[in-house]
Amino acid sequence: MQAAQQSADTATAAPAVAEARSVSKRFGPTTALDNVSLAVRAGQSHALVGRNGAGKSTLVAIMTGMTPPDEGQILFGGIPAPSLSNRDAWRQNVACVYQRSTIIPALTVAENLFINRQSTGSLISWPALNRRASTLLEEYGVSIDASRAAGELDVESRQMVEIARALSMGARFIILDEPTAQLDGAASERLFSRMRTLQAGGVTFLFISHHLHEIYEVCETVTVLRDARHIATRPASELSRDELVEAMTGEARRSASVWSRPALAGEVRPILEVEDLSLTGHYIGIDLAVRPGEVVGIAGSGSSGSTALGQSLFGMRRADNGTIRIRGKAIPSGSIPDALDAGIGCVPKDRQKEGIVPLLSVGENVTMPITDRLGRFGAINMARRDRFTSNMIERLDIKTEGPQQLASALSGGNQQKIVMGRALSNDPEVLILIDPTAGVDVKSKESLLGAVDKSARDGRAVVMISDDLDDLRCCDRVVVMFRGTIAREFAAGWAEADVIGAMEGMGIERQH
Amino acid sequence: MSGNTDVQATQLVAAAPRTPMLARLRDLTLIPVILLLMIIGAFVDPVFLSPQNLMNVLQQQTELSLVVLAEAMILICGKFDLSLESTVGLAPATGVLLVTGALGTTLPQELAIPLILVIGAVIGFLNGFLILKFRLSAFIVTLGMLIVLRGLQVAFTGGRSLFELPPSVNDLGIAVWFGVPASVWICLVVYVAAIVFLGYFRQGRALYAIGGNVDAAKAAGIRTDRVMWMVFIIASVIAALAGILLAGRLGSIASAQGQGMIFTVFAAAVIGGISLDGGKGGLFGALCGVIVLGLIQNILTLAGVRGEWIGAIYGAIILAALMLARVTSGRAQD
Repeated sequence: MQAAQQSADTATAAPAVAEARSVSKRFGPTTALDNVSLAVRAGQSHALVGRNGAGKSTLVAIMTGMTPPDEGQILFGGIPAPSLSNRDAWRQNVACVYQRSTIIPALTVAENLFINRQSTGSLISWPALNRRASTLLEEYGVSIDASRAAGELDVESRQMVEIARALSMGARFIILDEPTAQLDGAASERLFSRMRTLQAGGVTFLFISHHLHEIYEVCETVTVLRDARHIATRPASELSRDELVEAMTGEARRSASVWSRPALAGEVRPILEVEDLSLTGHYIGIDLAVRPGEVVGIAGSGSSGSTALGQSLFGMRRADNGTIRIRGKAIPSGSIPDALDAGIGCVPKDRQKEGIVPLLSVGENVTMPITDRLGRFGAINMARRDRFTSNMIERLDIKTEGPQQLASALSGGNQQKIVMGRALSNDPEVLILIDPTAGVDVKSKESLLGAVDKSARDGRAVVMISDDLDDLRCCDRVVVMFRGTIAREFAAGWAEADVIGAMEGMGIERQH
Repeated sequence: MSGNTDVQATQLVAAAPRTPMLARLRDLTLIPVILLLMIIGAFVDPVFLSPQNLMNVLQQQTELSLVVLAEAMILICGKFDLSLESTVGLAPATGVLLVTGALGTTLPQELAIPLILVIGAVIGFLNGFLILKFRLSAFIVTLGMLIVLRGLQVAFTGGRSLFELPPSVNDLGIAVWFGVPASVWICLVVYVAAIVFLGYFRQGRALYAIGGNVDAAKAAGIRTDRVMWMVFIIASVIAALAGILLAGRLGSIASAQGQGMIFTVFAAAVIGGISLDGGKGGLFGALCGVIVLGLIQNILTLAGVRGEWIGAIYGAIILAALMLARVTSGRAQD
């Protein structure tokens, strides 16, 4: 408490609470941060915004001492940051509440609060520990029973515990990394009011969010990163929403190829029909119909539920209620084999995790869903597999030595084409693509989107779940999800600022 | 800030029951099972409930319970050690050979016990080195170590049992203090010390933090590798101690001392509520797991089950006990 008071008193004269000076960081060939500077003034809430890959996470990792910068330095209160090995010193300067919780579920709240400092002496007194924890929680107005197991807490309470823990270590500068991503509206409001109370007590926040209206609600200053570079730092009151979106996206965007497919006949019956689909905690009441030859984009930020929706369509998640129909026939929810049988192909979200088996050959990866068609009685006819694979290699322009090469030897873009080939292998009527061009180079992106376009021309129904504008340009229409529901829909020819604005939750408050 | 009264926050009042109570109860889930086994045992054979028989059961389980304690600490950290069963044999065998001069050394007999414990520490150090510094899989390292250590024991002893034990080792196996075998006392003291350590010391709680979420533990400033290395060393020392007690009780060290023990050790730990995923379970529960298995074995013997069937029935009962523990704890044992 006294520390907070002191920092508040000295705030006017003191230099920035935390400052990054000309920080650069490279990971192999990619530049994650390019000469970025950021100064957070005492007692403020400072927003850090940028699209995925803009460098926010890297900057946070450097400012919390998890990774060293290649160039530049970090200062706290004008004093250079301690060495990376001195965790205690870092913790007294800065704390970060990550999206991924650092609470240990099997231990009690009290023990989580005082982990590795449960007692001043050597023997732990559990009643005393619980008392200390209760006092601490009470001090910050958090009404959680300190003796509960932390695993029983909901996301909101867990965040409160993490914030209280950070403050109790002496840190008066706290980074909140997308704290509202998993919170509902009321819980977010409670978080904001708590942030304001703490701010009045001299605590400084660096606030990261994809929901731009929240930034206007709680932050005084905004810093925008784009493509690893610092774009602007301005008082929030002087930056209009349009200016903010423009700073995030950049004016001089590479013009994406124009995909013009023949217009769809109006009366064609949809192949894929989704009715009132809901999954608790992810999305609710989704209705969607996709006709043959149509590409529908579903855009949304990480917490919008769009990924979970795509996964449900392919049976990777079981929806709580609602129906998915292919050509009028309902398919069981939550079964990938049933989805494949019904004629759905899918490019899953994470290439490394769900896409390829790196130590198997290109051919084996591509033909994984159709091994039953490559020979009799479960035996696999290698010649037939190679023929099929060579065909797919040509069709998708996969740069490989041949069907026998290991998938791990290919570049990311070509690995992604293997995943696309696998999705197309059983000649599906419906394609579900989740971030199909994530982390691939421009050339591969063009050929992947070309394959999507070709699929639509062949009469497939395509659902493209992505927040990449080039991907979305390839769609006949774009549906934007926000907090689990469909917020807006755009016909082809939309303006980038509108789609991004809708993804970041703008226009939502006007609707309600 | 201390005058902070956030009305909205007070709505977050905890509704769930207090967990430490629950956790303690979970530690006690096997007590009814133990009581049930006592009743069954009494029906099977009146001899069962005699103090002499029960004391025998306890003494026979001391070595197993010490190895279970060692394994439980490692499991709580989220790691594995299969080689403990070979340490039970190799450490005392090597220690005894060193003091009896069979390996060309002339060390005083009194050094036998300290030597054996040091050998245990060295094995644990090696395991820790390979797993934590060399970043090898704990499973495969300790499996390899299990074979190497057993092989060394056979090589050192020529595959023969050692009958000539130093008096200090022998005495420990047969001494009776205050009417209770010394090995039971030692086991009790080690368990109490370990329960206090894991329950009331920062360093002990670190085991749970590491097993629960190693990144969070690191972020809290716990030197996770160092703690786990210490746990590997302590566990092997305890296994060596178990070896001493076993050798003393039987009056000899067979070349297969401890062989096959590790399966029972894991079964007892899991029945006792230790999670193979790490971060969960208590040592008292593990001790109850050992007692349950000991009582079952004793009842089977008293019931006159034919020797060749005991293995199969014992194994089936372990599986049944695991299922029972899964049902009563309501948690998956993955």
